[in-house]
Amino acid sequence: MRIDARGMYYRDLNKMIHQAVKNGETEIVLDNVNGQRYIGTGINEKVRITVNGVPGNDLAAFMNGPEITVYANAQDGIGNTMNDGTVVVHGGAGDVLGYAMRGGKIFIKGNVGYRVGIHMKEYQDRVPAIVVGGTAGDFFGEYMAGGILVVLGLNRKPGDPLTGDYLGTGMHGGIIYLRGEVERYKLGKEVEVFELNEEDEKKLQPFLEEYCAHFGFELEEVLSVPFCKLLPVSKRPYGRLYAY
Amino acid sequence: MSVYLPAEFNVQIDHTLCRRCRRCVAECGFGTLSFKGDKVVADHKKCVACQRCVSTCPEAAINVVKNPLAYKENHHWTPEHIKNLHKQAATGGMLLTGGGNDKVYKSYFDHMVLDACQVTNPSIDPLREPMELRTYLGSKPDSLEFRYSENGEYKLKTKLNPQVKLDTPIVFSAMSYGAISLNAHKALASAAKECGILYNTGEGGLHKELYCYGENTIVQVASGRFGVNQEYLNRAAVVEIKCGQGAKPGIGGHLPGEKVNREVSQTRMIPEGSDAISPAPHHDIYSIEDLAQLIYAIKEATGYEKPVSVKIAAVHNVAAIASGIARAGADIIYLDGFRGGTGAAPTIIRDNVGIPIEIALAAVDDRLRKEGIRNKVSIIASGGIRSSADMAKAIALGADAVAVGTAALIAMGCRLCQKCYTGSCSWGIATQRPELVRRLNPDKAAQCLINMIRGWSLELKEILGALGVNAVESLRGSRERLRGIGLNETELNILGIKPAGR
Repeated sequence: MRIDARGMYYRDLNKMIHQAVKNGETEIVLDNVNGQRYIGTGINEKVRITVNGVPGNDLAAFMNGPEITVYANAQDGIGNTMNDGTVVVHGGAGDVLGYAMRGGKIFIKGNVGYRVGIHMKEYQDRVPAIVVGGTAGDFFGEYMAGGILVVLGLNRKPGDPLTGDYLGTGMHGGIIYLRGEVERYKLGKEVEVFELNEEDEKKLQPFLEEYCAHFGFELEEVLSVPFCKLLPVSKRPYGRLYAY
Repeated sequence: MSVYLPAEFNVQIDHTLCRRCRRCVAECGFGTLSFKGDKVVADHKKCVACQRCVSTCPEAAINVVKNPLAYKENHHWTPEHIKNLHKQAATGGMLLTGGGNDKVYKSYFDHMVLDACQVTNPSIDPLREPMELRTYLGSKPDSLEFRYSENGEYKLKTKLNPQVKLDTPIVFSAMSYGAISLNAHKALASAAKECGILYNTGEGGLHKELYCYGENTIVQVASGRFGVNQEYLNRAAVVEIKCGQGAKPGIGGHLPGEKVNREVSQTRMIPEGSDAISPAPHHDIYSIEDLAQLIYAIKEATGYEKPVSVKIAAVHNVAAIASGIARAGADIIYLDGFRGGTGAAPTIIRDNVGIPIEIALAAVDDRLRKEGIRNKVSIIASGGIRSSADMAKAIALGADAVAVGTAALIAMGCRLCQKCYTGSCSWGIATQRPELVRRLNPDKAAQCLINMIRGWSLELKEILGALGVNAVESLRGSRERLRGIGLNETELNILGIKPAGR
């Protein structure tokens, strides 16, 4: 079904979406979206939502299954505490993307803002992943406890840094894959740079393929630059702090 | 460098009474007692005075006394300061503690007294007459509209915001599974159900065995978002955003990996043995607008069917912060004063940061009234509520309900040894060690909690009866029924009460 979201209050729009899901709709297209918050928030069904326009903050917050495709830029807080599902953004995204995300996948064609992938965690078979096609801001992967973060840095202007500062600060689990090199001064003190091994390549490949499929990039081009990975050097960055 | 720390306590064993059953050896969670040769011997340095051995010795042969000459008396360099300095010289770490702030700050509860009726205005006998303790938590409308229905009845036209009913104005404070045992959680949950009140999961997630107590559950969303998913949010009666805690304002939570066993890992939804880090700030909240965003994200995720609470520590600027929280769309503000407990916190923070709940509560209630938004939020007050008298005084200062954590733990057997952070609690409360957890029978502990809530409720009814009112509603924010004793003018002014005699 199609919903014309022009001028619609976010609460009314989301009510319509929830009602549609309840009625058994599996394909929902939202036209003229312009800043409405919480689209896809709290939906448990495996529906497909297409967003034509710029969705507001907290897109897919607490989401647990749907596949959302955004044909524009997106704002802050996408995938906040998301448990399952997929978000594909054909543009850039703002800050705190994927906060405490526990499952599902987020693909951003362009750049992302600050504090992306922070508190991301994995649990049992749930391994969340965020693939950023462009560059990322400061505090990427802060407090990361699990999951996979990928930054590709495609279509970068010469001199544009791949990520901001404080990369992986407080990271104590998960993996960050970077296409290209990273300046050491940008690293949080809890992480170290490593070369990829075969297992990494196997792990990374499907995400790169999916990224290319979503946004029409050539996998060969993406793979033409060597990747590195960041891992936490200690699972206990905050051990030995206390006097008992 | 090794440091010789004298024992804080001496364990005295009367060997003439002792029949060598060795029960005390098994009972001590701290490994203080052992059986050597033909008798029980104590490693005094390990004793924390939790009284487990004293209480369980079948012959009453054990006594624990303070070691009187542990340090030379000094009113400035107290034994605690000396001990702490030695510990830090040896480890270079931050001092860690559990429980609530135990320092000698003025207790304003102890400087306020309640009113009663005499002669000209009758008091009420709560044993014979109905006395209403029922309390609804949630945002109340500015006004009510009614319509006259066809069959001649008045019907409420105003659409009410979600409300949660408490049979008595008490909830159990947020204590996470991880900080306390599953048996302790079970006891709190089932007692809450039996008493028609709420318990609070804290930020450690909700164990599957407690799903059945959903209607009596406050679930927390803290910065680490442990165990937070759709089911977690929707099982609960109230969802609470944890921004702060009275025992450690501005300080986050950190459950060390060694405490994250299989069960705790399932509830927090993180791998076994990994650190559970939830820093003080939610990194998606930097303003009241950001807080509003999370409040409404939760409301969207729960269909606007549940009140959303925001818990903050009582700090200097608490009134302005509370006003912002009310305007951000919260239904409940949970204020935690500096006496509030903790499973683990840096001692320096616990003992020196934050303000008393009495002061914070009075300031917040006053500010919200002056701004005309007091009805928009319910206030839960906590942080050192020890008795029904403290509760009644807090309600008179403006609280809708109080939250009790330490009092509930004590009802379950806690002796306030304040070693919660060690995970060795001999009473089976603040521990995950199976042999210790097993000691806390959830049914018996629940009965103790039920008894406590019943006792406090009966006492509250007596207080209300003495005040000549028949509903707790009539005491709420009624500061005219409080008087101060031994308080200066500024204190009286902040509390909004008169001195005794006026």
